[in-house]
Formats: sequence, C-alpha cells, structure tokens
Amino acid sequence: MDPLMLSRIQFGANISFHILFPAITIALGWVLLFFKLRYNATGDSAWMRAYFTWVKVFALSFAMGVVSGVTMSFQFGTNWPGYMETVGNIAGPLLAYEVLTAFFLEAAFLGIMLFGFRRVSNRIHTLATVLVAGGTTLSAFWIIALNSWMQTPVGFEMRDGVAHATDWWAIVFNPSMPYRLVHMLLASGLTVSFLVGGLSALRYLYGDRSESMWKALRTGVFTAAILIPIQIFAGDQHGLNTLEHQPQKIAAMEANWNTGPNVPLILFALPDEAARENRFEVTIPDGASLILRHSASGVVPGLNDYAGDHPPVFPVFWGFRIMVGVGVLMLVVSWSAAFFLKRRHSLPKPLALVMVPMALSGWLATLAGWYTTEIGRQPWLVTGVLKTADAVGPVAGSQVALSLAVYLILYALLLIAYLGVLVHLALKAAKDGDASPLPGVMNAALSQPAAK
Amino acid sequence: MTLPWPTLLPLIFAGLMGLAILIYVILDGFDLGIGILFAVAEDAEQDTMIAAIGPFWDANETWLVLAVGLLLVAFPLAHGTILTALYIPVFLLLVGLILRGVAFDFRAKVPAGRKHRWNRIFFLGSVIASLAQGYMLGIYVLGLDVGFGGITFGALVALCLAAAYAAMGAAWVIYKTEGELQRKAVLWLRRALVLTALGMVAVSLATPLASPRIFDKWFVWPAMLYLSPLPILSAVLFLWLWRQTFHLPTADDRHALTPFLTLAAIFTLGFAGLAWSFYPFVVPDRLTIWQAASAPESLAIILAGTVVVLPIIIFYSFYAYRVFGGKATDLTYD
Repeated sequence: MDPLMLSRIQFGANISFHILFPAITIALGWVLLFFKLRYNATGDSAWMRAYFTWVKVFALSFAMGVVSGVTMSFQFGTNWPGYMETVGNIAGPLLAYEVLTAFFLEAAFLGIMLFGFRRVSNRIHTLATVLVAGGTTLSAFWIIALNSWMQTPVGFEMRDGVAHATDWWAIVFNPSMPYRLVHMLLASGLTVSFLVGGLSALRYLYGDRSESMWKALRTGVFTAAILIPIQIFAGDQHGLNTLEHQPQKIAAMEANWNTGPNVPLILFALPDEAARENRFEVTIPDGASLILRHSASGVVPGLNDYAGDHPPVFPVFWGFRIMVGVGVLMLVVSWSAAFFLKRRHSLPKPLALVMVPMALSGWLATLAGWYTTEIGRQPWLVTGVLKTADAVGPVAGSQVALSLAVYLILYALLLIAYLGVLVHLALKAAKDGDASPLPGVMNAALSQPAAK
Repeated sequence: MTLPWPTLLPLIFAGLMGLAILIYVILDGFDLGIGILFAVAEDAEQDTMIAAIGPFWDANETWLVLAVGLLLVAFPLAHGTILTALYIPVFLLLVGLILRGVAFDFRAKVPAGRKHRWNRIFFLGSVIASLAQGYMLGIYVLGLDVGFGGITFGALVALCLAAAYAAMGAAWVIYKTEGELQRKAVLWLRRALVLTALGMVAVSLATPLASPRIFDKWFVWPAMLYLSPLPILSAVLFLWLWRQTFHLPTADDRHALTPFLTLAAIFTLGFAGLAWSFYPFVVPDRLTIWQAASAPESLAIILAGTVVVLPIIIFYSFYAYRVFGGKATDLTYD
C-alpha cells in the first residue's frame, strides 16, 4: 500500500472533518455576542433563550474542532515530517502564535461563557463572549496566514534546503492572505447564518412560534442575505488574485487546456486528463475571458503550459463549480426568505422546507471551495518549495491504512451523532418554546445574574 | 559570561516544552483520571464528577497542544523522529482524546436514553488516551525501542500511568466534592497509589539501565548526592500521602486539596528526574536539543510572543479556576 496516497487521503479526511467545526465556531461566536448584546440592550429574555440554545451548538462544535485539530497537529509529525523539517522555521512561529494568542484564550473563557452566566457579573460574561469570539477569529487569522503562505510563499530564503524567514511582515501578509482570510470569514458567516436559519425553520415547521425562534430565524436569514453578495464579490477578487499568483490553479478550475484569448466559460464538462481535453462540454462563448480579464479577447492561462506540474483537473474543476452553484442557491434562498420576513412578516412553508436542508449548504460550499484551493495547489505542498511527495514520512503503508480506516469510521459516526444532536436540540427548543424556565435558572429573574 | 543566543534559545524552549508537558500531565491528568474512575462510579456521581472538571478540561487539554506545538515548532527534527517512531500509540492517543473530548459534550446534550452510551465512550476514551501516553513514555524512556522488551515495558508503564491519572482524578474529586462520593474517592486514591508508586519505581530503574550514558549521569559521586533528594523526597511524599488517606476526609474538610497538591509535587519530582536523565537529548541518545532546534531567528520571534503572552495565559487560567472554585455544583448552561 502506498503510504503517500494513504497519508494524503488521511490528511484530506482529517482536514475536511476538522474544517466543518471552525467554519461554525468562528462566526457563531459573533452571533452569540450579537444575541448577548441585544439582550443587554433590551432586557428581552428571548435573546438569552436564543443564546442558550446556540451556545450548546457552539460548545459541541468547539469540542469537535479541538479534537480534530489536535489530531491534525500530530499528523504533521506522524505522516509529514518533511513539512516541518523544510519550512518549520516559518510554519512554526505562525502555529505557535495561534496556540499562544488564540487557542488558550478561547479555551479558558469558554468555560465562563458556557457555565458562568450566574457566577460572574453580566459584564464579565459578555466580555468572555467577546474574548471567545475574538479568539476563534484570531485563530483563523494565523491558520489562514500559514495556509496562504504555503500557496504564495514570500519573505524567506532557502539555506541548505531549509526555509529561513527574512521578512515576517511579508510572510504573514503574503499576497493571497487578505483575500483568503476574507473569503473564509465570510464562508463561516454564511455557514452559520444558514445553520441558524435552517434549524430555526425546522422549529417553525414543528409549530414553534416563540419569540426566540423568530429572533434566531431573522438573524440567520438577514445575515445570509447581506453576506452572500459580499461573498460573491470577495470570491471574484480572490479568483483574480489566484490568476495572478497561481495561474495553473485557475487553468484547472476552468478546465482550460490552451492559453489564449476568447476562452469560453464551461458550465458542464468531464475533463479527461489522459487525453488532455474535455468531454460533453457546455459553454458560454468568451465567458472565462470576460470574467477573468473583463474583456472577450483577454488571455486566460491553459493547462498545457504547465504539463506535468499542474493539479489534477477533475476535482478542482468540479469543486469550484459546486461551490459557485451552492453560492447561487444561497443567494436565491436567503433573498426570498428575507423578502417574506421583511414584507409579509411570515415564512411560507415550502420555503421553510427548502431552508432545512440548506442548513448544511455552508458546509458543502466550504468543503468544495477548500478542495478547489487545496487540491489546486498540488503537486506542491508549499508552492515552488516543497512537493507533497517529498514531505511524507517513513511510516509503513499498512500502519497508515489501519489508522485511516479507523479515522474514517470514527469521523462518520461522530458526524452522524453531531447532526443528530443538532436536530435533537432544535426539536427540544421547538417543544419548549418560550414557555419553560430558562436552563438552570429555574424561575429566577434573568436580568439579575448572581453578581461577582 | 554571556551565552550566545543560538545556544541559549533551544535551551529555553526545551525548558518551556518541559513545563508545558508537566502542566499538561498534572491538569489533564485529573480530567483523564476522572474518566477512568467512571468505571467505578454511579450515575449521579458521574454527573458530579463531570461538573468538577467541566469548565476546565478544554483549557487543560490546550497544554498538550502547546507542548506538541513547541516540539513541532522548536524541534522540528525531533518531532518527526519521535512521532513517526510512535505512529500507532500516537494514533491511539488521538482516538482516545477524540472519544473523550466529544463524549464529554455529547453526554450532556443527547436524549436521556443515550447518555449511558456516551458515558461509556467517555470512560473508554480516557482509558485509551492514558494507556497510550504511558506506553509512549515507556518506549521513550528506553530510547524509542520498539522490540519485545520495549513493548512489554511500555505496557507496564501504560498501566501505571493510567493508575497515576486515576489517583489524580480521585484527589481532584476529594477536593471538589463532599459526602459519600468524597469518601469513595479516598478509597479510589489509596488503590491507585500502589500502582502509581510501582510505575515511578519501574521508570526510575529502567531509565539508567537502558542507557549507559544515563547510568553514568546518576551513579557517580557527587552527582548522586545532589540527586538523592529526588527519590528520597518522592518516597517521603508517597508515604505521607498514603498515611493521609486514612484520615481523609476530615470533619471540617481541611486538607481536601492536600492529596492533589502532593501528587502534583510527586509528578514534578519524577519529571525533574526524567529531564535530568535525558538532557541534553530530545531524542534519547540520538538528537540533542541543539541539533533538533529551529533557526535562532524563528525561535526568537516565538520567544518574544511567549514572554508577553504566557503570564497572561497563566493569569486568566487562574481566574477561570477561581470563578469555578469551591465544591462542584450542577453544571448548567446558564
């Protein structure tokens, strides 16, 4: 068994599983802060009910993210020792700063955020929420900085085959970093807004008309409706940045084989890398040139310029199309829902039914986008510096096969359990509505948390 | 005399990494121990035990992330060598940590009927993670020997470390609870102490015997004299703790924290012994901390951040412990 391929599948599976949870916690922290601030401003306990419902989702997602993140950091050593041996001087400090500045912050204040409402003052509890939300975002900042540097490395020099930093500012704020960070933060915002909107729609379908349901539903729908056009613009800018720095990735995303002007936009095709052509093409003439160069005669790079040194075309091409397709669907659904909530103050049942499965649309788009950009980096692990094949460790294929099999089973079971709990929490909230006492508070007045 | 930075920096980071590992072992030790003790606790007691660690475990586990992170970032060569040699136990450790970490959260959120299943998974995850850590320690002590002898010894240390964690867990329960559960925890502590002591003796004897270099570090005059407080003090603390268990819990609940602090002190002494044995190697007898270290300019930039941030981390960790101080009460999301 080939340890390289198995290690790649294992890391791919691990990172795919991992990213699902930061995609939720990054933005959900801010949504919780929004609930908390609205509660502070209005004293309306429905906001606090929404907080308590969603803080449980946050806690669970955080735990899932932590355990899969720990697994990932160990895999650098168990499967990819060449990675840290070659670029450890640069990856090391970035990872260290993530743990030091962000991870401890989140982990320490999470306890207060989850269980501390009656143990600390309302102000400290709000502060804990701010610190946790800020921590998750700071965490994303460092990780995206490192990931972007691997895509577009600058600010270093090679000495004896080992990268040495020369300009930390350039390394952190490398050319693709701002685009990637904005794109990812917006992706998290969309993931959470559709999750909140979708599970609230589920409560709605189960007859829940409580204030806390409406508040969460509106928050989800309006956030999604605002974020999606911003994301489409940011994604376009990110694409142009990729065209400048990683043209072979763009060529693969467009499945364009020959460099030239008047390149069509391919809506459907089955790229065939062996024959170096596309089958069953459905195209819009000049489309790719127009999007990427804003001119029909704009020159778009082709894969044949990079023969032997470009990513696998099929997954990159389709990953990109799935991401864009989901994005369009998000636009349609969120704007329709926003229209009905704003103008009619109601939600039509069919639309609510569509919103329930759309709760996971953010995950789908994030994964598809992640595959596009990460597979699109191959065969390089660090562009121009380190090939994926050169980073793999000496571990026997049979050991990797064993661990891979167990991870896959474990991840599948955990994912099922996680989704089951989300639905369970939503239905429980639907059943309780605003009638039952707040969790753990019994009937004490909510506006007076136990001080100090 | 001033030491040049390229010499000093790896040394500082070896110290920081050691500190992170020690703090992890003590803090997550009691979390894992409580998971192990789930096997002998009843339903209602399990809820109280979870409440005793609920607000802390996330931050506790972060010290492992920091320790591995420092190994990763400060000693990249050692990181690869150690972790590829320990591929399967590391993998088992991760599976254990995953199961433990998610079960912790799931058990409180699933429908009532499913709670038992997640309690069992919590126990299982804690046991697997503890055994894996002990096994790795055993293999590391023998210089990453994965022959028959190494595996046997690893298995022995695995069992003893799990028992040591159970002792930590029991000590934490003594501190955080009262009544019947507290009395039970004293009995748990007493049983776990026997295996803990055995494990420390085994590791202490095996380490110098496995490596002539380490043997010479310990058994030469006058090093023997300077080092003698480590084993003597450990033995005294063990005996003292053993005696304590016959008087606990006291009527006014005084000394409830003493067993935990005593165990932490014993762990620290044992750890100091190990550190002395292996210094200056990070991979036993193969790579020194200077050979395995990152470039000085990279270490310097991490150190700058660490110096600023570490005190802040320690400060707010203390704060979090204070907020949830006192006896454990029902843990609710309020």
